[in-house]
Amino acid sequence: MTEAQTPHAAAGATDAEAAEGHVYTVSGEDWDEIIAAANEARDFQSGERLVINMGPQHPSTHGVLRLVLTLEGETVVEVRPAIGYLHTGIEKNMEFRTWTQGVTFCTRADYLMPLFNEVAYCLAVERLLGIEDRIPERAQIIRVLMLELNRITSHLGGIAPMGLELGATTIYTQGARLRERGLDLLELVTGLRMNHAYMRPGGVAQDLPPGALEAIRAFLDTTPALVRDLRTLIDANPIFIGRNKGVAYLDLAGCMALGVTGPMLRSTGLPWDLRKSQPYCGYETYDFDVPTVDTCDAYGRYLVRMDEVDQSLRIVRQCVDRLAARGSAGPDKDPVMIRDAKIGWPAQLSLGPDGLGPSPEHIKHIMGQSMEALIHHFKLITEGFRVPAGQAYAAVESPRGELGAHVVSDGGTRPYRVHLRDPSFNHLQSVAAVCEGGMVADLIPAIASIDPVMGGVDR
Amino acid sequence: MSGPDGTGKAGPEETHGSQAPQGPVPPVAEPEAEAEENLPARLGEERLAEPVVRTGMFGVQGTPDTSGYGLLRVHRAPVLASPRPYGSYFDEVADALGSALEAAGVGFSDAIERVVADRGELTLYVRRERLPEVAAKLRDDPALRFELCGGVSGVHYPHDTGRELHAVYHLLSITHNRRLRVEVAAPDADPHIPSLVGVYPAVNWHERETWDFFGLIFDGHPALTRIQMPDDWKGHPQRKDYPLGGIPVEYRGAKIPAPDERRDYS
Amino acid sequence: MGIEEKLPSGVLLTSVEKVAGWARARSVWPATFGLACCAIELFQTGGPKHDLARFGMERASNTPRQADLMIVAGRVSQKMAPVLRQIYDQMSDPKWVISMGVCASSGGMFNNYAIVQGVDHIVPVDIYLPGCPPRPEMLLDSIVKLHDKIMNMKLGKNRERQITELENARLSLSPLHVPSPEGSQL
Repeated sequence: MTEAQTPHAAAGATDAEAAEGHVYTVSGEDWDEIIAAANEARDFQSGERLVINMGPQHPSTHGVLRLVLTLEGETVVEVRPAIGYLHTGIEKNMEFRTWTQGVTFCTRADYLMPLFNEVAYCLAVERLLGIEDRIPERAQIIRVLMLELNRITSHLGGIAPMGLELGATTIYTQGARLRERGLDLLELVTGLRMNHAYMRPGGVAQDLPPGALEAIRAFLDTTPALVRDLRTLIDANPIFIGRNKGVAYLDLAGCMALGVTGPMLRSTGLPWDLRKSQPYCGYETYDFDVPTVDTCDAYGRYLVRMDEVDQSLRIVRQCVDRLAARGSAGPDKDPVMIRDAKIGWPAQLSLGPDGLGPSPEHIKHIMGQSMEALIHHFKLITEGFRVPAGQAYAAVESPRGELGAHVVSDGGTRPYRVHLRDPSFNHLQSVAAVCEGGMVADLIPAIASIDPVMGGVDR
Repeated sequence: MSGPDGTGKAGPEETHGSQAPQGPVPPVAEPEAEAEENLPARLGEERLAEPVVRTGMFGVQGTPDTSGYGLLRVHRAPVLASPRPYGSYFDEVADALGSALEAAGVGFSDAIERVVADRGELTLYVRRERLPEVAAKLRDDPALRFELCGGVSGVHYPHDTGRELHAVYHLLSITHNRRLRVEVAAPDADPHIPSLVGVYPAVNWHERETWDFFGLIFDGHPALTRIQMPDDWKGHPQRKDYPLGGIPVEYRGAKIPAPDERRDYS
Repeated sequence: MGIEEKLPSGVLLTSVEKVAGWARARSVWPATFGLACCAIELFQTGGPKHDLARFGMERASNTPRQADLMIVAGRVSQKMAPVLRQIYDQMSDPKWVISMGVCASSGGMFNNYAIVQGVDHIVPVDIYLPGCPPRPEMLLDSIVKLHDKIMNMKLGKNRERQITELENARLSLSPLHVPSPEGSQL
């Protein structure tokens, strides 16, 4: 490790240009050198400052987040998050796969809310294709249903580790238990518990299996009581309130400056929700509220998230009612994928004796009845559809905030560039604003209330 | 495939420089007004006069293609800018920005190279020197009030000589419930763009990430260092001339090359 | 084993290796290296439905010094690799590694510049668990197989001989040969 002498630093920030003190290049196992250099450079005014590394492997930092803390006693003087420990190159990988295969990559960005990544990407691709208003209605309802189920599992997946990090293991086990029920439903419909690759440009991959609506109704009957139980455990708990009230304060001006959206923004009192203000997938036709609190602290954000779980249950109930009213008319009358032979994924998937594959009717059709259908099937599966050149940005209201997908096409069968604007990436910038000046023990509930998922941060 | 066989898609398509790897200029922008003069025959003549953008139907080149579509030639006019009126709230935004810039003594076309309104989204191509001014106006002017900046995303267009590196900013106005995209270009030889950290602090990490992945240097950024890659990494991974870096996959004695080295038929 | 019938009840004969193996297998503390999506499935495995506490493993040792098992759950990026090695080095013997998920086992779907193509490039792995992500039941199965392996681990000179035998067996595998899955990998 050297100070600002590495190759990249020639063009990046050098010592003279950096406005925030010295630039230290950190690679690994050089902690002693950093301390020595910092002491030499007299970066610290008093001798009682401790530089502590909350390293990437830590039980309480919600994933591989590295925090370099400067402490004076118990007070945090500086906190610098270091990210990139989970950088996967998802965006670059997507440039070498077809548009439909891109879904399987972007789904693994923010892995607690995979369906939201997929939907943001698919909406952007559909906007480029110009088929936004031709997505079948059944597909839209199923999308909303799955998104709200994912919202429930994501919020629980943030609250349960929050309990664990605060030392309350019961919150963790009860949250995990609730989350299992949501994951069971996701598995029933999509086939996987996580990273589903279920939303495709043009619709969804397959229809709900028989028995899904009954299973969801059973979930809706039992879950509200369990959520109420969880809230009884947490909401009025004096220890929880003591640790979270007044902690991690970020008001509206701070949120606007730092580009913060989602529950953090709604905890400042501003009821901004993309589902209401810029609706997608038919959200304007559903009846739900946007929970808002105006305490701007970690406790407020927790309340917002739990209220959102209740609202999501409400939306899921409306989706189930709509789907039940539509009945199961079959893929010809009520498709879940756009009926455009040059775009829509051709194979009606069905479960056969050897697993999931194109349905026998579809095989009969392409092999025996229509040459065009065979050609379309072949070209769509090997090459994929072509998307006209241009760029589009589609944003959805994910459990963490505004998740956007900026997609650039050059007219080919592969994305030219995909950039996922992840809310956690933005929100982690606010860790310094939110924690500096507080106690080191407040760092944990602060980060838990920001609820970052490092897969989305690092992509 | 709604693109290549020229199914008349109404509505302008958007482009920036040359992206199609083979053709000279990228496509689209038919005027939206379907006047009586734009009868199919007239449109056909106009189209034949435009440059060729794609040859062949299925993208196969060099190998024998017996489908009969190999001789297809698709003509499209290059779009450089959308004509007025842009539609929806875009005109208001453009006008408000124009008057705000004029009040500050900057001409609209000094700052904004072109405006593209495509697929329901407005894109302003801003000259890089004027970027902080334009961003400040966009944030502060009461008629504009784009408070939230979603972040910077970089795009690398190696074919767009002189303007290879693009930085794309997505702005959101909560007051007026509007979205806007601002795009700035810089050449490879001089990849500098003024930083917007003073206007929108939220882009701090995004600019670091864009530097990390594309090599775009944001002048005035407080600490422009690598954020995603290890600090001593050489190269900028998401540029088009940086390889994907995979290894051949071995399975039962056979080796399959990494995705960027396989045969490509598209 | 005829001698046991002649002894008074309540006495069991065994070997030091068997007792050591039994004790080690029953008291594994994982140092969960939860990185990405597999970490979420790991976290679900710790929940009440698929209970990791049945093995006594719900008490994850956050400090590697007291941990026995490192479950590398998720994709290991180039930036994280030195950290992984450092944590592995800080664990004291005997230690085992389960690479959970395809990204940890082989780089998974991310065959690119950013991901280490298999955590066995960095640390020696005992059990490879495929899946993207593997279900909690699969993780439990891998832990059971690991317990099997631990119980049959020999000590001292026998261990060295065991290691040499295993290595020779693996080196003689041809790429086209798929060994049978049943029985424990000694």
